[in-house]
Amino acid sequence: MTEKNNAPLTGSNRVKRGLAEQLKGGVIMDVVNAEQARIAEDAGAIAVMALERVPADIRAQGGVARMSDPDLIEGIQAAVKIPVMAKARIGHFVEAQVLAELKVDFIDESEVLSPADYVNHIDKWAFDVPFVCGATNLGEALRRINEGAAMIRSKGEAGTGDVSEATKHIRKINSELRWLSSMAKDELYVAAKELQAPYDLVVEVAAAGKLPVPMFTAGGVATPADAAMMLQLGADGVFVGSGIFKSGDPAARAKAIVKAAAFYDDPKVIVETSRGLGEAMVGINVADIPAPHRLADRGW
Amino acid sequence: MAGNFHHLRIGVLAFQGDVREHILVLEELGAQVVKVRRPDELATVDALVIPGGESSVMDKLVRLFGMQKPLREAIASGLPVFGTCAGLIMMADHIVDAIAEQESLGGLHVDVRRNAFGTQIDSFEVDLDMPGVTSEPVPATFIRAPIVERVGEGVRVISQLADGRIVAVEQGYLLGISFHPEVNGDTRVHEYFLGRVAQSVAEKKASI
Repeated sequence: MTEKNNAPLTGSNRVKRGLAEQLKGGVIMDVVNAEQARIAEDAGAIAVMALERVPADIRAQGGVARMSDPDLIEGIQAAVKIPVMAKARIGHFVEAQVLAELKVDFIDESEVLSPADYVNHIDKWAFDVPFVCGATNLGEALRRINEGAAMIRSKGEAGTGDVSEATKHIRKINSELRWLSSMAKDELYVAAKELQAPYDLVVEVAAAGKLPVPMFTAGGVATPADAAMMLQLGADGVFVGSGIFKSGDPAARAKAIVKAAAFYDDPKVIVETSRGLGEAMVGINVADIPAPHRLADRGW
Repeated sequence: MAGNFHHLRIGVLAFQGDVREHILVLEELGAQVVKVRRPDELATVDALVIPGGESSVMDKLVRLFGMQKPLREAIASGLPVFGTCAGLIMMADHIVDAIAEQESLGGLHVDVRRNAFGTQIDSFEVDLDMPGVTSEPVPATFIRAPIVERVGEGVRVISQLADGRIVAVEQGYLLGISFHPEVNGDTRVHEYFLGRVAQSVAEKKASI
């Protein structure tokens, strides 16, 4: 008996952020059924995101996009041993309760689904399951962390295969982090006001020079070189949504992106991983999407 | 009580996982730290840390990049290795409930069950005694953690949960634990390991 008399503590901040730390350097892949989940696991996905339609299809088909059917999520949980994530609508705390009840490993409060609340996000402190939330800038990231997010995902523009928005968002967050780190202590009050973020968190981040939780990148990542670029820009890992299973050879592309993420700083490896992958997803240029249909604008 | 570790060159296997947290703790203790992804990097280090992460992904990348054989040879030749969570799984001779075709490096004579507690909702933190490592309890964070189900010859049990499940073991210069002192920023387990590495380096010098 070497354990102290303290009871094991579940659902703590450290336990939730702890899982996010373990996923770093990895590739999280969107899957819509058990077969895709197994392909992702075989290819070396660090986790899978269980959903009914990948963002490219949500975009094409339109309508209200919601949490997936519990049967679909359980089917994917049964098929793989790596962590399983699932998406709830922004502000839809009951979808989050359902996902927690299903014991998913991570909940993505995602702008890819139709928002359920145009004012409030989910109070993520109320859950033992960790959450990841999207952000397009530092203030948005800090507001989500203040609500309890254990991971931040720069948004990009999901379902396009166009990486330009992902680049814009991660560069924006990083440049705001550098700006914040350069400020004098007595300037941080105004910085907090400008970022619309809590002062204590602003002070913590200014001192650390980085977010207190891992930051992944998402939205439009479709090739090994895209993934490697996001990691060179400072992302801790990548989400690949439509990019894999909307391509010509999903298994090969999934493997190649995993390899590229591990050797993101070695162009020789990126050359090898880029060969013979067949067709990438067709893609839509973000500039061609009218503003009301841009998913990254959801969330506040 | 902290030793002088400036002469030690510690590699951290850097394919995936909480590499950064291990590096921070090792640097705080004064060691030189290098990321290891290639055989030539492995050849330069006095010891290796295998971080937490997803063991099946680490295994795939280790094999894809031709590191399985060099790592197995290094462990067989007596390189000190410290693994946390996925690192413990990588070091185990046998993995229980492995992912299809998952292989470990082996060397540590234990059977380890991966993800032994359930899903993330069952992850937890608790204070643990680690006799022989440190006198005060260590804050231990278990994230979808493995446990040691069987210990073989020459393996010493360092720590157990209240129900007796084994969560830290040592065999010669191999140290494997189920949890993550690095995510707490606690330096004591790493300090103990660096002490062992210093012994190993001194022994090697003496035998030349």
